[in-house]
Amino acid sequence: MLKTEEKLKKINSIIVITIAVVFFITLNSVSFMVKMLKRRGGNMKKINSIIVMAIAGLFFIATNPAQAGNLVIKGSTTVLPIAQKAVEAYMKENPDVKISLSGGGSSNGIKALIDGSTDIATASRFIKDKEVKLAVEKNVFPVAFAIAYDSIIPVVHPSNNINNLTLKQLKAIYKGEIKNWKEVGGPDLQIVINSRDTSSGTFETWEKKVMKKERITPRAQVMASNGAIVQAVSNNKYAIGYIGIGYLSPGVKALRVNGIEGTEETTLNGSFPISRPLFMFTNGWPKGDTLNFINYVINPQKGQKHVAASGYVRLY
Amino acid sequence: MSNKRRITERTMHTLFFVVASASIVMLFMIMIFLFMEGIPIFDEVSVKDFIFGKYWYPTSEPPDFGILSLIVASLAVTLLSALISIPLGILTAIYIAEIASKKVSEIIKPMVELLAALPSVVIGFFGMVLVAPFLQNVFNIPTGLNLFNASLMLAFMSIPTICSISEDAIHSVPNSLREASLALGATHLETILKVVLPASLSGISTAVILGMSRAIGETMVVLMVAGGAAFIPESIFDPVRPMPASIASEMAEAPFRGAHYHALFATGIVLFIFTFLFNIVADHIAYKYKQVGEATL
Repeated sequence: MLKTEEKLKKINSIIVITIAVVFFITLNSVSFMVKMLKRRGGNMKKINSIIVMAIAGLFFIATNPAQAGNLVIKGSTTVLPIAQKAVEAYMKENPDVKISLSGGGSSNGIKALIDGSTDIATASRFIKDKEVKLAVEKNVFPVAFAIAYDSIIPVVHPSNNINNLTLKQLKAIYKGEIKNWKEVGGPDLQIVINSRDTSSGTFETWEKKVMKKERITPRAQVMASNGAIVQAVSNNKYAIGYIGIGYLSPGVKALRVNGIEGTEETTLNGSFPISRPLFMFTNGWPKGDTLNFINYVINPQKGQKHVAASGYVRLY
Repeated sequence: MSNKRRITERTMHTLFFVVASASIVMLFMIMIFLFMEGIPIFDEVSVKDFIFGKYWYPTSEPPDFGILSLIVASLAVTLLSALISIPLGILTAIYIAEIASKKVSEIIKPMVELLAALPSVVIGFFGMVLVAPFLQNVFNIPTGLNLFNASLMLAFMSIPTICSISEDAIHSVPNSLREASLALGATHLETILKVVLPASLSGISTAVILGMSRAIGETMVVLMVAGGAAFIPESIFDPVRPMPASIASEMAEAPFRGAHYHALFATGIVLFIFTFLFNIVADHIAYKYKQVGEATL
């Protein structure tokens, strides 16, 4: 669900290639047909202009390269959906600005900022001391902008009578130590664990805040998206899962963690334990397009709309 | 005029040659790319640990790249789906070719082939939304997204392949064989089982293996309905994570040219070797046990 835009882009390029190939093939068959028509005394001029147009179209498709941007954004895959939407909207408003956006992880983003290969590094964590030291040595002075909050809510089937789990219980469930709901005060049913694929940002947050770097049991089912977890949990009274706050729906029941309900408010005041701020880093105080873009992202009427649409918590 | 014709002829010759060789060149380039991107992982783990390692934790610190559970999952799903699809596919083929009246077979055959036209994502969605809750209720199991569900959906996908190739093989058995058998006093059933089937065995084997190689490489269905748990299954109702599902779900976010990325490509190599073997076996059978005499395809 997170990477829809990116996938769409890939699909687009595949379609373009396919069209080009199909074009090529039809062109050949057209030239065949033309020969037939010529023999029967068809309208030469018309046919020729069709061929010219077809060739022109083919060239147009073939020579439309991806243009390199003059603003580079690199980093966290968690921030990617927000950045993707913001970049698209920003480029629509400012057609002269070309932005190139890529993922690769928070560490790669910050590394790129330090070696000067990106203008903005996105990160799902704050910069580490080691990285600051490395940056200062290279005369780079990272400035952090919080752009959104990420809050992960554990969910169960609506028929489950459990309302609250502690972080410790969640960890034991996901480690595979607690195997039955009755061990945490629920019905006598086996627990079916739903997790996310290891490279998703949601998984990353969960791993850090709940698992504290310990491994999730291999028996956990792995779903490819927040939506798939909602689908699986809403159909299964044995199931537990976790999703970004934006994906909560009536089909699943949100659990309180350590007695605290996960809402925008508890996320912003820092009391909900499974949440974290997301950042964009720049080298020194941003200028020009970089500044404009960051301003756009934190503007409540503009960029922050995309934060909510991507399933994260707005700054205000 | 004849000169012009010859030029056209020659141009078309080269054109078709270029098109035909393009696919071969592309195939080779993809293969080279696959190996180039996959092999660097073996600097980090040994081939043995990669293939026989039980734990797949590509993003934890330190990572574990063991794909045994993925390989077992792929094989288990393929075998179970073969157990379902082979009898169904072959029996359908026999019915269409030997038993059904012409009118009936003219309806059924396109129907079965239409099954192949169903996009795999539709079959996956069907399995996820309808079959999974159904299995869960009927068998009273914790999750409907499991090995059995995936096998069932894959069987749907390989039945058309198995059925239509088998049907062609059976159809090509010459009538003289059937007539001889019937003339010797064999019943219709005896003729089918003892004459027609053995005569078309190589075609049927090819069909089965092609059907299985379709099942092992299928991605979308297993991604959606297999459950995705990377451990060695103990029952057919355990969730599993076959190789294609792992590659598809993780590739998008694996750091470019990192260890995880290479590990996924190496998984792709293993998968490629499997489908390659399937195809070689199919080719071998088709060649070695070629239907002889009048029964050639």
